[in-house]
Amino acid sequence: MHKTPLLDQLESGPFPSFVKDLKRMAAKKPQVNDLLGQLERSYKEKITHWKHGGIVGVLGYGSGIIGRYSDLPDEFPGLEHFHTMRINQPSGWYYTSQALRELCDIWDEHGSGVLNMHGATGDLIFLGTRTEELEPCFEKLTAKGWDIGGSGSAMRSPSCCLGMSRCEWSCYDTMEACYQLTQEFQFDLHRPSYPYKYKLKFSGCPNDCVAAVARADMSMIGVWKDDIKIDQAAVQAYAGGELKPEGGATVYDKLDIKADVTDLCPTLCMSWDGKTLKIDNANCNHCMHCINMMPKALKPGNERGCTILLGSHAPILEGAQMSWVIVPFMKMEEPFDELKDLTYKITEWWAEHGKNRERVGELIMRMGMRAFLEAVELPPVPQSVRTPRANPFFFWHQSDFDAEAAGRKYYTTK
Amino acid sequence: MALPKDELVEYIYKMVEAAAGKKQLKAKDIEKAVLKEHPDQPRNDVKFAIKELIDGGRCVYTYFGGSFIECPRVEGAAKH
Ligand code: SF4
Ligand code: SF4
Repeated sequence: MHKTPLLDQLESGPFPSFVKDLKRMAAKKPQVNDLLGQLERSYKEKITHWKHGGIVGVLGYGSGIIGRYSDLPDEFPGLEHFHTMRINQPSGWYYTSQALRELCDIWDEHGSGVLNMHGATGDLIFLGTRTEELEPCFEKLTAKGWDIGGSGSAMRSPSCCLGMSRCEWSCYDTMEACYQLTQEFQFDLHRPSYPYKYKLKFSGCPNDCVAAVARADMSMIGVWKDDIKIDQAAVQAYAGGELKPEGGATVYDKLDIKADVTDLCPTLCMSWDGKTLKIDNANCNHCMHCINMMPKALKPGNERGCTILLGSHAPILEGAQMSWVIVPFMKMEEPFDELKDLTYKITEWWAEHGKNRERVGELIMRMGMRAFLEAVELPPVPQSVRTPRANPFFFWHQSDFDAEAAGRKYYTTK
Repeated sequence: MALPKDELVEYIYKMVEAAAGKKQLKAKDIEKAVLKEHPDQPRNDVKFAIKELIDGGRCVYTYFGGSFIECPRVEGAAKH
């Protein structure tokens, strides 16, 4: 075993340690011993000894296998090849224990046995195998119904929260939408043809449990259009302490409806007079705070669908960006044709104009939201105004004059 | 004029072969080059012609900071 005095320190303390896990694996997998050895060396030298990329893959696919090589193969022969395989996760990350056992057996046979449950995109990650093991591993995976996920300049494996399968707040069937879009974009998932990565994430409500707003190029976040449903008797029960706040998930016994709910409403659109809770729904921004605090008293309305946001990414030069609204409300019903069509239009525009490694959000920043909306045939809506304008000039196109002359209506407050 | 499917496959293969060692081509570069010469070629034809080259092993996808389509060569990212 390699000596790892620096890594050993990570085994102390109360939290589970990946070093402990890797040492256990190293007893039966020599490449994992080399992995610890190389990592120790990187900790000492403060540089990485990994190279990544190259030409490895499985026949027919350009995605899902990430070539990794050590630049110290003589010292750590187990890491001469240490490729990553991304396995497309099931919607909502539901596995049977039998499926997990099968996956682990396949990976023990063909790789290092080291797993990452799950990567940032959502895939199940197999870490560390040799080139000659890729095809046999892929064959065994597909025989059990699994497929490889996306990587490189491709559609990445879409991911979703568990939605309606367990969560009463889900405003649409996230798992079905995720599955259908995954199927629809199989070609683009396996055969990279975009300027860079494109991630789709589906959250059932604005709690956004998959952090789509920060991590997906295109986020579908469940939302309701009508009024929040209020059960006034249950509100009274919260006020009286018979019902516990946040479904009992806090240390507090009793909710102070004014201090904990209405005063914390970000748009101050709620009021509570000690008897009746009122919501000015036109000014609710659907933040979920009140619903999270009193899940038995408040529920999303009946007219449900999703808001589509676009453009989050975390590039090194510009810094992280959240996505912004492009469609305030879309009904989410099978077979999700409207969403599929919009996704095709966006990816086509981006593939046409994007530079290598330019995310769709960066392209919009470069070419402007106006060019984007025109290209994908979406109307400009007030909800997509992200910041007040800082530029006093407006460039009128001939088409604006023509549209006005033909009677174009502008948005009004009425 | 649009090329028949078989000819299109060969046309793209020659393009990739000629670029070897000089320029790494993305799928979109190939599509744009085809459409420049053959503006009426359906885009989907290009997609499936590339697929045919990849499935047959005559071309491979590579990743060097972006995904490219190239002729197969000896594995060696460690040397890049
Ligand atoms: S995002 Fe909303 S619907 Fe989805 S699991 Fe989280 S709380 Fe439930
Ligand atoms: S969802 Fe948020 S904005 Fe809407 S009423 Fe509740 S706390 Fe206020």
